[in-house]
Amino acid sequence: MREENARAYWAANLKLIFTYLIIWFVVSYGCGILFVDALNNIQFFGFKLGFWFAQQGSIYVFLVLIWMYAFTMNKLDRKFDVHEE
Amino acid sequence: MDVQLLTYLFVGGSFALYIGIAIWSRASSTKDFYVAGGGVSPIANGAATAADWMSAASFISMAGIIAFAGYDASVYLMGWTGGYVLLAMLLAPYLRKFGKFTVPDFIGDRYYSNVARTVAVICVIFISFTYVAGQMRGVGIVFARFLEVDVNMGVVIGMAIVFFYAVLGGMKGITYTQVAQYCVLIFAFLVPAVFLSILMTGHVLPQTGFGATVLDAAGNDTGVYLLERLDGIVQDLGFGAYTEGQKSTIDVFFIAAALMCGTAGLPHVIVRFFTVPTVRDARISAGWALLFIALLYTTAPAVGAFARTNLIETVHQAEYEELPGWFYNWENSGLIGWVDKNDDGLVQMSAGAAFKGTPAFAGDRADVSGPHGERVVTNEVTDNDAEVYIDRDIIVLANPEIGNLPAWVIALVAAGGVAAALSTAAGLLLVISSAVSHDLLKKTLKPDISEKQELLAARLAAVVAILIAGYFGINPPGFVAQVVAFAFGLAAASFFPVILMGIFYKRMNKEGAIAGMAVGLAFTFSYIVYFKFVSPELNSAENWLFGVSPEGIGTVGMVLNFIVAFAVSRVTAPPPEHIQHIVEDIRVPRGAGGASAH
Repeated sequence: MREENARAYWAANLKLIFTYLIIWFVVSYGCGILFVDALNNIQFFGFKLGFWFAQQGSIYVFLVLIWMYAFTMNKLDRKFDVHEE
Repeated sequence: MDVQLLTYLFVGGSFALYIGIAIWSRASSTKDFYVAGGGVSPIANGAATAADWMSAASFISMAGIIAFAGYDASVYLMGWTGGYVLLAMLLAPYLRKFGKFTVPDFIGDRYYSNVARTVAVICVIFISFTYVAGQMRGVGIVFARFLEVDVNMGVVIGMAIVFFYAVLGGMKGITYTQVAQYCVLIFAFLVPAVFLSILMTGHVLPQTGFGATVLDAAGNDTGVYLLERLDGIVQDLGFGAYTEGQKSTIDVFFIAAALMCGTAGLPHVIVRFFTVPTVRDARISAGWALLFIALLYTTAPAVGAFARTNLIETVHQAEYEELPGWFYNWENSGLIGWVDKNDDGLVQMSAGAAFKGTPAFAGDRADVSGPHGERVVTNEVTDNDAEVYIDRDIIVLANPEIGNLPAWVIALVAAGGVAAALSTAAGLLLVISSAVSHDLLKKTLKPDISEKQELLAARLAAVVAILIAGYFGINPPGFVAQVVAFAFGLAAASFFPVILMGIFYKRMNKEGAIAGMAVGLAFTFSYIVYFKFVSPELNSAENWLFGVSPEGIGTVGMVLNFIVAFAVSRVTAPPPEHIQHIVEDIRVPRGAGGASAH
């Protein structure tokens, strides 16, 4: 039982990491590098959108991702009863 | 009060603060010395990580690089922040749960092999020394520019300060001085940026001012967006558009990946997460670290765009004799050079270099000067329209003067530059000393030494490391700038994959890990050495493998590491039972005690 619980916890963690890393990849390598020229045709306030993602937006998204991961994992820790005392 | 006196006051005051903290936070055990007793709060650790991470290069050079490279510099912004996402999700929490002192500790234990441990120690020392040499030089340069002391004297003063708190306090002393250094450096970076943003766009936040419309000299809105205007001016001068890239997409992609994975694999960054009390704290602490870093990293591109616009509008087609005072001051220090190619007395800017290399002058202005009073440049002149050389480092250092900011802001920038260089140097020196005293001495050569002896050895190793770093600071090897690619490339090709597989792939064994590290390292090392040192004349896109520059080759090395490690581990015996238990154990947070020596 304990082992099964640990396995389920790990699977949930991997799923979370996977989801977040896809977002991480899309904003930085996607919007900031691979599709930057296409996005640059869109105006975002005084920025070209691709340029904004490369120099500002990706960093904000990274921040949100790390904080969300920390909060979600704290909840998961409790749900699977593996949290620290 | 004049700038000189204020600068002495600010820098002196910050030094007194660092020394005070060092005395207050002396280390009394190896645990204090290596991981600050494992009791650092996540916010303090976040600030310390940010100071540790942001070097003299981040503080002084980055905004300048962005100002001159525009979009192409984005790769540094994304690369050096995106790595924290990897660190927070893939490495930091599990390494904290593992609960040892150093990165080679993890590799040696997880792969049950002293060979793996020794390879890791060598990588740590090599990566950290390449990095620290540049920092010591940075301390010297900041001293020389602001306090008018000799560069070498500046290095010696820097060494003495680091010596005091690194040797006395170890990680504990370093952590709390880094928190103070972070406060000094971020304040010093933000104040001029905010002033500049208000001046040019009326926005208090540089992050939004950067995308706003420009104000004219009288403070009225011109209705033209700053970036549009900047694109226009640089294209008129024959440069590519500021907001568009000139580098190939594939190269940018690989460089970004090498910087991100390298960041996550740098030992002096990883080890910071060993100092917090719990796994939960390690996750949150990465969030704080990136928040503190992002404050500077989202401001720097704004500063770059403001400064480039300001610079061109002030200097281009201006009469030399009418230029503002800072132009002459920086010309005096050799960071600006002007050749009046068309003899019209006006300064012209244009794409291309004005002359070959960095400016060499015929003598001081008082002794030899040209028809307009300029310093005479002796370099071989190129046959384009560009007449002026402007060193990229000026952007941050001269911003307060260019924006006509008060003298105390200039003094603050000096203290900030010194703080940035000292904090990074100290973090790296600690990693070197613990690799020697803990991993090499205690874990490999002489396991029977007492804790007291180990602590003494750690302090001695720190002393030796400081002396060597100081030597490199005073006699910089010509290749310091070249080898930064080394640090990131090697960290990406060695530590990142090996630690990642150690946590996420239970079946990975010592044969696979050692083979993977060896191949990744050897490949990356030889590629960089070949293009940077053996045949630098071939270092251009058509000769590169898949069009990947030496800066980005660490990514290829990393992929090779993964493939080789996986293949070798499939054909060799699985790791012993107790190792598999260690892996299961580090995957769940419960039971993380303080970092222990076992």
